[in-house]
Amino acid sequence: MFEWFGLVSYCPHTKVAGFAQHLKDGRLMGSRCDACGRVSFPPRADCPDCRGAAFTFTEYGGAGTVVTFTRIAAAPAGFEGRTPFTIGVVDLDEGGRLLAWCGGTLDEAALAIGQRVQVVPRLFEELEAIKVHYTLEAPGTTWAKA
Amino acid sequence: MARVGIIGCGQTAFGRRSDATVQELAFEAWRAALDDAGVEPDVVEATVVGSVPEYHKQRSLPGVIQEYLNLNPRPVWLTEAACASGSAALRTAWLEIAAGVHDVVAVIGCQKMTELETAEILALMGRVGDVQWESGFGTTFPGYYAMFARRHMHEFGTTSDQLAAVAVKNHHYGAANPKAMFRKEITVAKARASEEVSAPLSVYDCCANADGAACVILAGERAARALGKDRVVWLDGMGCASDSMSVLRRSDLTGLPSARAAAAQAYAMAGVTAKDIQVADVHDCFTIAEIMAYEDLGFCGRGEGGAFIDARGSYIGGAHPVNLDGGLKAKGHPIGATGVSMTCEIVSQLRGECGPRQVPGASIGLTHNVGGIGQYCFVNVLRRD
Ligand SMILES: [Zn+2]
Repeated sequence: MFEWFGLVSYCPHTKVAGFAQHLKDGRLMGSRCDACGRVSFPPRADCPDCRGAAFTFTEYGGAGTVVTFTRIAAAPAGFEGRTPFTIGVVDLDEGGRLLAWCGGTLDEAALAIGQRVQVVPRLFEELEAIKVHYTLEAPGTTWAKA
Repeated sequence: MARVGIIGCGQTAFGRRSDATVQELAFEAWRAALDDAGVEPDVVEATVVGSVPEYHKQRSLPGVIQEYLNLNPRPVWLTEAACASGSAALRTAWLEIAAGVHDVVAVIGCQKMTELETAEILALMGRVGDVQWESGFGTTFPGYYAMFARRHMHEFGTTSDQLAAVAVKNHHYGAANPKAMFRKEITVAKARASEEVSAPLSVYDCCANADGAACVILAGERAARALGKDRVVWLDGMGCASDSMSVLRRSDLTGLPSARAAAAQAYAMAGVTAKDIQVADVHDCFTIAEIMAYEDLGFCGRGEGGAFIDARGSYIGGAHPVNLDGGLKAKGHPIGATGVSMTCEIVSQLRGECGPRQVPGASIGLTHNVGGIGQYCFVNVLRRD
Protein backbone atom coordinates (compact mmCIF):
# COMPACT_ATOMS: atom_id res chain seq x y z
CA MET A 1 0.00 0.00 0.00
CA PHE A 2 2.99 2.38 0.11
CA GLU A 3 2.16 3.34 -3.49
CA TRP A 4 -0.61 5.39 -1.86
CA PHE A 5 2.01 7.82 -0.54
CA GLY A 6 2.83 10.87 -2.65
CA LEU A 7 1.20 12.24 -5.81
CA VAL A 8 3.68 10.16 -7.84
CA SER A 9 4.98 6.94 -6.27
CA TYR A 10 8.32 5.41 -7.16
CA CYS A 11 8.45 3.10 -4.18
CA PRO A 12 5.57 0.60 -3.76
CA HIS A 13 7.40 -1.89 -1.54
CA THR A 14 8.82 -1.18 1.89
CA LYS A 15 8.83 -2.71 5.37
CA VAL A 16 7.12 0.46 6.64
CA ALA A 17 4.21 0.28 4.14
CA GLY A 18 1.74 0.54 7.05
CA PHE A 19 2.72 4.23 7.26
CA ALA A 20 0.43 4.93 4.27
CA GLN A 21 -2.58 3.15 5.84
CA HIS A 22 -2.08 5.15 9.03
CA LEU A 23 -1.82 8.37 7.04
CA LYS A 24 -5.11 7.51 5.28
CA ASP A 25 -6.61 7.06 8.76
CA GLY A 26 -5.41 10.54 9.69
CA ARG A 27 -2.40 9.46 11.76
CA LEU A 28 1.20 10.58 11.25
CA MET A 29 3.47 7.76 12.33
CA GLY A 30 7.13 7.46 13.19
CA SER A 31 8.80 4.22 14.28
CA ARG A 32 10.13 3.05 17.63
CA CYS A 33 12.77 0.31 17.77
CA ASP A 34 11.46 -2.55 19.90
CA ALA A 35 14.96 -3.34 21.13
CA CYS A 36 16.50 0.02 22.08
CA GLY A 37 13.58 2.45 21.89
CA ARG A 38 15.11 4.76 19.27
CA VAL A 39 12.39 6.84 17.59
CA SER A 40 12.70 7.75 13.89
CA PHE A 41 10.85 10.00 11.50
CA PRO A 42 10.51 9.12 8.66
CA PRO A 43 9.87 5.64 10.11
CA ARG A 44 12.41 2.91 9.38
CA ALA A 45 12.29 -0.84 9.89
CA ASP A 46 15.94 -1.47 10.64
CA CYS A 47 17.47 0.32 13.60
CA PRO A 48 20.67 2.22 12.70
CA ASP A 49 21.78 2.27 16.35
CA CYS A 50 21.30 -1.32 17.58
CA ARG A 51 20.56 -3.05 14.23
CA GLY A 52 17.27 -4.33 15.64
CA ALA A 53 14.78 -5.60 13.04
CA ALA A 54 11.53 -5.18 15.00
CA PHE A 55 9.71 -1.86 15.33
CA THR A 56 6.33 -0.44 16.30
CA PHE A 57 4.64 2.59 14.72
CA THR A 58 4.29 5.48 17.13
CA GLU A 59 1.95 8.43 16.53
CA TYR A 60 3.33 11.93 16.07
CA GLY A 61 1.45 15.11 16.92
CA GLY A 62 2.93 16.80 13.84
CA ALA A 63 3.76 20.26 15.22
CA GLY A 64 7.03 21.68 13.91
CA THR A 65 9.15 24.55 12.65
CA VAL A 66 10.01 25.49 9.05
CA VAL A 67 13.72 24.95 8.37
CA THR A 68 13.76 26.00 4.71
CA PHE A 69 11.46 26.10 1.69
CA THR A 70 11.27 26.78 -2.03
CA ARG A 71 8.65 27.55 -4.67
CA ILE A 72 9.11 25.15 -7.59
CA ALA A 73 8.27 26.60 -11.02
CA ALA A 74 9.97 23.96 -13.20
CA ALA A 75 8.41 20.66 -12.13
CA PRO A 76 9.18 17.03 -12.92
CA ALA A 77 6.86 14.56 -14.69
CA GLY A 78 3.53 14.12 -12.92
CA PHE A 79 3.56 17.60 -11.33
CA GLU A 80 3.29 19.79 -14.45
CA GLY A 81 -0.28 20.94 -13.84
CA ARG A 82 0.44 22.06 -10.28
CA THR A 83 3.18 24.67 -10.75
CA PRO A 84 4.18 26.74 -9.03
CA PHE A 85 4.00 24.86 -5.74
CA THR A 86 5.78 25.49 -2.46
CA ILE A 87 7.67 22.78 -0.57
CA GLY A 88 8.87 23.21 2.97
CA VAL A 89 11.23 21.19 5.19
CA VAL A 90 10.03 21.01 8.78
CA ASP A 91 11.76 19.94 11.98
CA LEU A 92 9.15 18.09 14.05
CA ASP A 93 8.91 18.90 17.76
CA GLU A 94 9.01 15.17 18.50
CA GLY A 95 12.22 14.67 16.52
CA GLY A 96 12.89 13.92 12.88
CA ARG A 97 12.08 15.97 9.81
CA LEU A 98 9.72 15.92 6.87
CA LEU A 99 9.19 17.59 3.56
CA ALA A 100 5.69 18.61 2.47
CA TRP A 101 3.60 21.01 0.42
CA CYS A 102 2.36 24.24 1.84
CA GLY A 103 -1.38 23.86 2.52
CA GLY A 104 -4.34 26.22 2.20
CA THR A 105 -4.31 27.66 5.73
CA LEU A 106 -0.85 29.22 5.23
CA ASP A 107 -0.04 32.34 3.23
CA GLU A 108 2.67 31.00 0.89
CA ALA A 109 3.97 34.46 0.08
CA ALA A 110 4.58 35.10 3.79
CA LEU A 111 6.11 31.69 4.60
CA ALA A 112 9.30 32.13 6.64
CA ILE A 113 12.10 30.09 8.15
CA GLY A 114 11.37 29.59 11.84
CA GLN A 115 7.59 29.73 11.35
CA ARG A 116 5.52 27.31 13.44
CA VAL A 117 3.36 24.89 11.43
CA GLN A 118 1.10 21.86 11.88
CA VAL A 119 1.56 18.80 9.63
CA VAL A 120 -1.85 17.51 8.53
CA PRO A 121 -2.56 14.11 6.85
CA ARG A 122 -4.36 14.50 3.50
CA LEU A 123 -6.16 12.44 0.87
CA PHE A 124 -6.06 13.64 -2.73
CA GLU A 125 -9.86 14.00 -2.91
CA GLU A 126 -9.84 14.79 -6.65
CA LEU A 127 -8.11 11.51 -7.59
CA GLU A 128 -9.95 8.24 -8.07
CA ALA A 129 -7.07 6.13 -6.80
CA ILE A 130 -6.21 6.23 -3.10
CA LYS A 131 -3.37 8.77 -2.80
CA VAL A 132 -2.27 10.24 0.53
CA HIS A 133 0.22 12.88 1.61
CA TYR A 134 0.50 15.62 4.20
CA THR A 135 0.53 19.39 4.10
CA LEU A 136 1.93 22.20 6.25
CA GLU A 137 -0.88 24.18 7.86
CA ALA A 138 -1.39 26.91 10.44
CA PRO A 139 -0.86 25.82 14.08
CA GLY A 140 -4.14 24.63 15.60
CA THR A 141 -5.51 23.18 12.34
CA THR A 142 -7.51 20.04 13.12
CA TRP A 143 -8.58 17.03 11.05
CA ALA A 144 -10.62 13.83 11.36
CA LYS A 145 -9.02 10.56 12.40
CA ALA A 146 -10.41 7.09 11.69
CA MET B 1 52.29 4.57 -1.35
CA ALA B 2 53.51 5.38 -4.86
CA ARG B 3 53.14 8.97 -5.99
CA VAL B 4 50.71 9.20 -8.93
CA GLY B 5 50.65 11.95 -11.52
CA ILE B 6 48.86 13.10 -14.65
CA ILE B 7 50.95 12.82 -17.80
CA GLY B 8 48.30 13.82 -20.33
CA CYS B 9 44.85 15.33 -20.56
CA GLY B 10 42.30 16.27 -23.19
CA GLN B 11 38.64 17.06 -23.60
CA THR B 12 35.96 17.78 -26.18
CA ALA B 13 34.25 21.12 -26.31
CA PHE B 14 31.11 20.98 -24.15
CA GLY B 15 27.68 21.66 -25.62
CA ARG B 16 25.02 20.00 -27.73
CA ARG B 17 26.67 17.29 -29.83
CA SER B 18 23.96 15.87 -32.06
CA ASP B 19 26.67 14.68 -34.47
CA ALA B 20 28.31 12.05 -32.25
CA THR B 21 27.70 8.98 -30.09
CA VAL B 22 29.00 8.91 -26.55
CA GLN B 23 31.86 6.58 -27.54
CA GLU B 24 32.79 8.96 -30.37
CA LEU B 25 32.96 11.79 -27.81
CA ALA B 26 35.10 9.57 -25.59
CA PHE B 27 37.46 8.93 -28.50
CA GLU B 28 37.93 12.66 -29.09
CA ALA B 29 39.04 13.14 -25.49
CA TRP B 30 41.19 9.99 -25.56
CA ARG B 31 42.96 11.10 -28.77
CA ALA B 32 43.63 14.54 -27.29
CA ALA B 33 44.99 13.07 -24.04
CA LEU B 34 47.32 10.65 -25.85
CA ASP B 35 48.59 13.49 -28.06
CA ASP B 36 49.10 15.66 -24.99
CA ALA B 37 50.96 12.88 -23.14
CA GLY B 38 52.97 11.95 -26.21
CA VAL B 39 52.41 8.24 -25.60
CA GLU B 40 50.92 5.40 -27.64
CA PRO B 41 47.91 3.37 -26.42
CA ASP B 42 50.07 0.30 -25.72
CA VAL B 43 51.40 1.86 -22.47
CA VAL B 44 47.87 2.25 -21.07
CA GLU B 45 47.14 -0.87 -19.02
CA ALA B 46 43.55 -0.22 -17.94
CA THR B 47 40.67 2.23 -18.28
CA VAL B 48 38.12 3.52 -15.79
CA VAL B 49 34.95 5.21 -17.11
CA GLY B 50 33.00 7.76 -15.07
CA SER B 51 29.45 8.34 -16.26
CA VAL B 52 25.83 8.29 -15.09
CA PRO B 53 24.17 5.40 -16.90
CA GLU B 54 20.52 6.46 -16.90
CA TYR B 55 21.13 9.21 -19.47
CA HIS B 56 22.28 6.85 -22.21
CA LYS B 57 20.30 4.51 -24.44
CA GLN B 58 23.38 2.27 -24.58
CA ARG B 59 23.49 0.11 -21.49
CA SER B 60 26.81 -0.76 -19.87
CA LEU B 61 28.78 2.05 -21.44
CA PRO B 62 32.34 0.94 -20.51
CA GLY B 63 31.97 -2.05 -22.85
CA VAL B 64 31.23 0.02 -25.90
CA ILE B 65 33.88 2.62 -25.04
CA GLN B 66 36.67 0.11 -24.48
CA GLU B 67 35.81 -1.57 -27.79
CA TYR B 68 35.69 1.74 -29.70
CA LEU B 69 39.01 2.84 -28.18
CA ASN B 70 40.45 -0.48 -29.41
CA LEU B 71 41.62 -1.40 -25.90
CA ASN B 72 40.17 -4.90 -25.45
CA PRO B 73 41.08 -7.11 -23.62
CA ARG B 74 42.45 -4.61 -21.08
CA PRO B 75 40.26 -4.10 -17.98
CA VAL B 76 37.53 -1.46 -17.78
CA TRP B 77 34.51 -0.72 -15.61
CA LEU B 78 32.18 2.10 -14.66
CA THR B 79 32.18 4.27 -11.56
CA GLU B 80 29.00 6.09 -10.59
CA ALA B 81 28.72 8.86 -8.01
CA ALA B 82 26.11 11.07 -9.72
CA CYS B 83 27.69 14.37 -10.89
CA ALA B 84 30.99 13.28 -9.30
CA SER B 85 31.27 10.08 -11.36
CA GLY B 86 34.31 11.45 -13.20
CA SER B 87 36.20 12.07 -9.96
CA ALA B 88 35.18 8.61 -8.76
CA ALA B 89 36.83 7.21 -11.90
CA LEU B 90 39.94 9.30 -11.25
CA ARG B 91 40.13 8.07 -7.67
CA THR B 92 39.72 4.46 -8.79
CA ALA B 93 42.56 4.81 -11.30
CA TRP B 94 44.71 6.49 -8.64
CA LEU B 95 44.03 3.56 -6.29
CA GLU B 96 44.93 1.03 -9.02
CA ILE B 97 48.31 2.68 -9.46
CA ALA B 98 48.97 3.48 -5.80
CA ALA B 99 48.21 -0.16 -4.96
CA GLY B 100 50.88 -1.25 -7.42
CA VAL B 101 48.47 -3.15 -9.68
CA HIS B 102 49.01 -0.95 -12.76
CA ASP B 103 51.56 1.68 -13.86
CA VAL B 104 49.53 3.67 -16.41
CA VAL B 105 45.72 4.01 -16.40
CA ALA B 106 43.35 6.13 -18.52
CA VAL B 107 40.36 7.86 -16.94
CA ILE B 108 37.45 8.75 -19.20
CA GLY B 109 34.55 10.89 -18.04
CA CYS B 110 31.74 11.19 -20.55
CA GLN B 111 28.07 12.02 -20.82
CA LYS B 112 25.60 12.59 -23.60
CA MET B 113 22.70 14.34 -21.93
CA THR B 114 20.82 15.44 -25.03
CA GLU B 115 19.96 11.88 -26.16
CA LEU B 116 16.84 11.81 -24.01
CA GLU B 117 13.44 13.24 -24.96
CA THR B 118 12.15 16.09 -22.80
CA ALA B 119 9.55 13.74 -21.23
CA GLU B 120 12.30 11.29 -20.26
CA ILE B 121 14.35 14.11 -18.74
CA LEU B 122 11.35 15.34 -16.73
CA ALA B 123 10.77 11.79 -15.46
CA LEU B 124 14.43 11.41 -14.46
CA MET B 125 14.33 14.84 -12.84
CA GLY B 126 11.60 13.60 -10.49
CA ARG B 127 13.86 10.92 -9.01
CA VAL B 128 16.93 12.92 -7.91
CA GLY B 129 16.04 12.90 -4.22
CA ASP B 130 15.07 10.12 -1.83
CA VAL B 131 12.26 8.51 -3.85
CA GLN B 132 10.61 7.04 -0.76
CA TRP B 133 10.02 10.20 1.27
CA GLU B 134 10.73 13.20 -0.98
CA SER B 135 10.10 12.58 -4.69
CA GLY B 136 6.34 12.06 -4.19
CA PHE B 137 6.16 15.79 -3.46
CA GLY B 138 7.74 16.84 -6.77
CA THR B 139 11.21 17.77 -5.50
CA THR B 140 13.83 18.71 -8.08
CA PHE B 141 17.58 19.16 -8.16
CA PRO B 142 17.34 22.99 -8.34
CA GLY B 143 14.72 22.72 -5.60
CA TYR B 144 17.19 21.20 -3.14
CA TYR B 145 19.86 23.82 -3.87
CA ALA B 146 17.18 26.52 -3.66
CA MET B 147 16.43 25.30 -0.13
CA PHE B 148 20.17 25.50 0.71
CA ALA B 149 20.21 29.03 -0.75
CA ARG B 150 17.16 30.09 1.27
CA ARG B 151 18.76 28.82 4.48
CA HIS B 152 22.11 30.46 3.62
CA MET B 153 20.33 33.77 3.03
CA HIS B 154 18.47 33.40 6.32
CA GLU B 155 21.53 32.59 8.45
CA PHE B 156 24.15 34.79 6.77
CA GLY B 157 22.31 37.48 4.83
CA THR B 158 23.53 36.23 1.47
CA THR B 159 21.74 38.02 -1.39
CA SER B 160 20.44 37.17 -4.84
CA ASP B 161 22.87 39.76 -6.22
CA GLN B 162 25.75 37.80 -4.69
CA LEU B 163 24.46 34.60 -6.31
CA ALA B 164 24.23 36.45 -9.63
CA ALA B 165 27.79 37.74 -9.18
CA VAL B 166 29.02 34.13 -9.27
CA ALA B 167 27.27 33.60 -12.61
CA VAL B 168 28.73 36.87 -13.93
CA LYS B 169 32.28 35.75 -13.01
CA ASN B 170 31.89 32.30 -14.51
CA HIS B 171 30.47 33.65 -17.75
CA HIS B 172 33.31 36.20 -17.83
CA TYR B 173 35.94 33.45 -17.78
CA GLY B 174 33.85 31.05 -19.87
CA ALA B 175 33.88 33.64 -22.64
CA ALA B 176 37.66 33.11 -22.88
CA ASN B 177 37.49 29.29 -22.87
CA PRO B 178 37.22 27.74 -26.35
CA LYS B 179 35.84 24.53 -24.80
CA ALA B 180 32.95 26.29 -23.02
CA MET B 181 29.30 25.94 -24.00
CA PHE B 182 28.39 29.60 -23.31
CA ARG B 183 30.97 32.15 -24.40
CA LYS B 184 29.13 35.38 -23.61
CA GLU B 185 29.53 37.83 -20.76
CA ILE B 186 26.41 38.55 -18.70
CA THR B 187 25.49 41.20 -16.12
CA VAL B 188 23.96 40.95 -12.65
CA ALA B 189 20.86 42.71 -14.01
CA LYS B 190 20.48 40.17 -16.82
CA ALA B 191 20.92 37.24 -14.40
CA ARG B 192 18.43 38.72 -11.94
CA ALA B 193 15.85 39.23 -14.70
CA SER B 194 15.91 35.59 -15.78
CA GLU B 195 12.93 33.29 -15.23
CA GLU B 196 12.38 31.65 -11.85
CA VAL B 197 13.25 27.94 -11.68
CA SER B 198 12.91 27.28 -7.96
CA ALA B 199 12.82 30.34 -5.76
CA PRO B 200 15.23 31.97 -4.94
CA LEU B 201 17.08 30.41 -7.92
CA SER B 202 16.43 31.50 -11.50
CA VAL B 203 17.74 30.33 -14.87
CA TYR B 204 21.11 32.08 -14.53
CA ASP B 205 21.71 30.44 -11.16
CA CYS B 206 21.68 27.01 -12.84
CA CYS B 207 24.24 25.22 -14.99
CA ALA B 208 23.16 23.66 -18.27
CA ASN B 209 23.01 20.02 -19.34
CA ALA B 210 25.60 19.32 -22.02
CA ASP B 211 27.33 16.60 -24.00
CA GLY B 212 31.04 16.04 -23.68
CA ALA B 213 33.96 13.88 -22.67
CA ALA B 214 37.30 14.38 -20.94
CA CYS B 215 40.28 12.09 -20.47
CA VAL B 216 43.36 12.09 -18.25
CA ILE B 217 46.20 9.59 -18.31
CA LEU B 218 47.68 8.71 -14.93
CA ALA B 219 51.08 7.16 -14.26
CA GLY B 220 53.01 6.12 -11.20
CA GLU B 221 56.14 8.18 -10.56
CA ARG B 222 58.55 5.50 -11.77
CA ALA B 223 56.54 4.84 -14.94
CA ALA B 224 56.22 8.57 -15.65
CA ARG B 225 60.00 9.04 -15.38
CA ALA B 226 60.64 5.90 -17.47
CA LEU B 227 58.44 7.42 -20.18
CA GLY B 228 60.59 10.57 -20.00
CA LYS B 229 57.82 12.82 -18.63
CA ASP B 230 59.10 15.95 -16.91
CA ARG B 231 56.01 18.17 -16.66
CA VAL B 232 53.87 15.87 -14.58
CA VAL B 233 51.09 17.24 -12.37
CA TRP B 234 50.91 15.16 -9.21
CA LEU B 235 47.80 13.98 -7.36
CA ASP B 236 49.22 14.84 -3.96
CA GLY B 237 46.04 15.11 -1.91
CA MET B 238 43.03 12.86 -2.52
CA GLY B 239 39.92 13.40 -0.39
CA CYS B 240 36.56 11.69 -0.60
CA ALA B 241 33.49 11.62 1.66
CA SER B 242 29.76 10.92 1.63
CA ASP B 243 26.57 12.24 3.22
CA SER B 244 22.89 11.30 3.48
CA MET B 245 20.86 10.90 0.31
CA SER B 246 17.94 12.62 1.97
CA VAL B 247 17.83 16.28 2.86
CA LEU B 248 15.78 15.12 5.86
CA ARG B 249 18.90 13.66 7.46
CA ARG B 250 21.33 16.53 6.79
CA SER B 251 23.05 18.08 9.78
CA ASP B 252 23.69 21.31 7.87
CA LEU B 253 21.67 23.05 5.14
CA THR B 254 24.12 25.91 4.49
CA GLY B 255 27.08 23.87 3.30
CA LEU B 256 28.14 20.34 2.42
CA PRO B 257 29.67 18.36 5.31
CA SER B 258 31.02 15.87 2.74
CA ALA B 259 32.97 18.67 1.06
CA ARG B 260 34.50 19.81 4.34
CA ALA B 261 35.51 16.23 5.19
CA ALA B 262 36.98 15.59 1.73
CA ALA B 263 38.89 18.89 1.81
CA ALA B 264 40.38 18.12 5.23
CA GLN B 265 41.63 14.76 3.94
CA ALA B 266 43.09 16.27 0.76
CA TYR B 267 44.83 19.14 2.57
CA ALA B 268 46.31 16.78 5.18
CA MET B 269 47.55 14.30 2.60
CA ALA B 270 49.13 17.04 0.45
CA GLY B 271 50.57 18.83 3.50
CA VAL B 272 48.93 22.13 2.57
CA THR B 273 46.19 24.38 3.92
CA ALA B 274 43.46 26.31 2.13
CA LYS B 275 45.79 29.34 2.00
CA ASP B 276 48.15 27.45 -0.33
CA ILE B 277 45.53 26.86 -3.06
CA GLN B 278 46.35 29.20 -5.95
CA VAL B 279 43.68 28.07 -8.40
CA ALA B 280 40.56 25.90 -8.02
CA ASP B 281 37.79 24.36 -10.04
CA VAL B 282 34.69 23.90 -7.88
CA HIS B 283 31.30 22.33 -8.45
CA ASP B 284 29.03 25.28 -9.29
CA CYS B 285 26.00 23.28 -10.46
CA PHE B 286 24.12 26.25 -8.97
CA THR B 287 25.51 29.63 -7.97
CA ILE B 288 24.81 28.91 -4.30
CA ALA B 289 26.93 25.75 -4.63
CA GLU B 290 29.99 27.85 -5.52
CA ILE B 291 29.38 30.15 -2.53
CA MET B 292 29.09 27.12 -0.24
CA ALA B 293 32.27 25.68 -1.81
CA TYR B 294 34.28 28.83 -0.93
CA GLU B 295 33.31 28.23 2.69
CA ASP B 296 33.55 24.43 2.75
CA LEU B 297 37.06 24.59 1.24
CA GLY B 298 38.19 27.26 3.72
CA PHE B 299 38.76 29.99 1.11
CA CYS B 300 36.73 32.18 3.47
CA GLY B 301 34.91 31.71 6.77
CA ARG B 302 31.46 30.18 7.24
CA GLY B 303 28.82 32.56 5.97
CA GLU B 304 31.37 34.78 4.22
CA GLY B 305 30.93 33.33 0.71
CA GLY B 306 28.77 36.22 -0.46
CA ALA B 307 31.30 38.79 0.73
CA PHE B 308 34.09 36.73 -0.87
CA ILE B 309 32.58 37.06 -4.37
CA ASP B 310 31.72 40.74 -3.72
CA ALA B 311 35.41 41.34 -2.95
CA ARG B 312 36.38 39.48 -6.15
CA GLY B 313 38.30 36.94 -4.07
CA SER B 314 37.60 34.26 -6.69
CA TYR B 315 38.80 36.32 -9.67
CA ILE B 316 42.38 36.25 -10.99
CA GLY B 317 44.24 38.55 -8.60
CA GLY B 318 42.00 37.51 -5.69
CA ALA B 319 43.04 35.20 -2.84
CA HIS B 320 41.69 32.04 -4.55
CA PRO B 321 40.77 32.27 -8.24
CA VAL B 322 37.91 29.83 -8.92
CA ASN B 323 36.43 28.33 -12.11
CA LEU B 324 38.58 30.17 -14.64
CA ASP B 325 37.30 27.70 -17.26
CA GLY B 326 33.77 29.09 -16.79
CA GLY B 327 32.76 26.43 -14.28
CA LEU B 328 29.78 24.18 -14.78
CA LYS B 329 27.78 27.37 -15.25
CA ALA B 330 29.37 28.56 -18.50
CA LYS B 331 31.47 25.57 -19.58
CA GLY B 332 28.44 23.24 -19.33
CA HIS B 333 27.89 20.15 -17.19
CA PRO B 334 28.02 16.77 -18.96
CA ILE B 335 27.80 15.13 -15.55
CA GLY B 336 30.15 12.16 -15.96
CA ALA B 337 32.74 14.30 -17.76
CA THR B 338 32.78 17.18 -15.29
CA GLY B 339 35.20 15.85 -12.66
CA VAL B 340 37.71 14.81 -15.31
CA SER B 341 37.32 18.13 -17.13
CA MET B 342 37.98 20.00 -13.86
CA THR B 343 41.18 17.97 -13.53
CA CYS B 344 42.19 18.87 -17.11
CA GLU B 345 41.66 22.56 -16.33
CA ILE B 346 43.80 22.51 -13.18
CA VAL B 347 46.55 20.56 -15.00
CA SER B 348 46.52 23.23 -17.73
CA GLN B 349 46.63 26.01 -15.13
CA LEU B 350 49.57 24.42 -13.32
CA ARG B 351 51.42 24.04 -16.63
CA GLY B 352 50.73 27.70 -17.46
CA GLU B 353 48.77 26.98 -20.65
CA CYS B 354 45.60 28.99 -20.04
CA GLY B 355 46.39 32.25 -21.85
CA PRO B 356 44.09 35.14 -20.88
CA ARG B 357 42.58 33.17 -17.97
CA GLN B 358 45.89 31.92 -16.55
CA VAL B 359 46.79 32.42 -12.88
CA PRO B 360 50.42 33.56 -13.20
CA GLY B 361 52.86 31.08 -11.70
CA ALA B 362 50.29 28.75 -10.13
CA SER B 363 51.90 25.59 -8.77
CA ILE B 364 49.23 24.18 -6.42
CA GLY B 365 45.60 23.74 -7.51
CA LEU B 366 42.43 22.03 -6.36
CA THR B 367 39.36 20.29 -7.75
CA HIS B 368 36.05 20.01 -5.85
CA ASN B 369 33.48 17.73 -7.49
CA VAL B 370 30.11 17.13 -5.83
CA GLY B 371 27.70 14.30 -6.57
CA GLY B 372 24.00 15.09 -6.23
CA ILE B 373 23.36 17.42 -3.31
CA GLY B 374 26.57 16.36 -1.55
CA GLN B 375 25.91 12.63 -1.20
CA TYR B 376 29.41 12.30 -2.65
CA CYS B 377 32.27 14.77 -2.66
CA PHE B 378 35.78 14.44 -4.05
CA VAL B 379 38.40 17.11 -3.31
CA ASN B 380 41.85 16.70 -4.83
CA VAL B 381 45.00 18.81 -4.45
CA LEU B 382 47.27 18.87 -7.49
CA ARG B 383 50.89 20.07 -7.63
CA ARG B 384 53.19 20.55 -10.62
CA ASP B 385 56.69 19.15 -10.97
ZN1 LIG C 1 17.44 -0.03 18.12
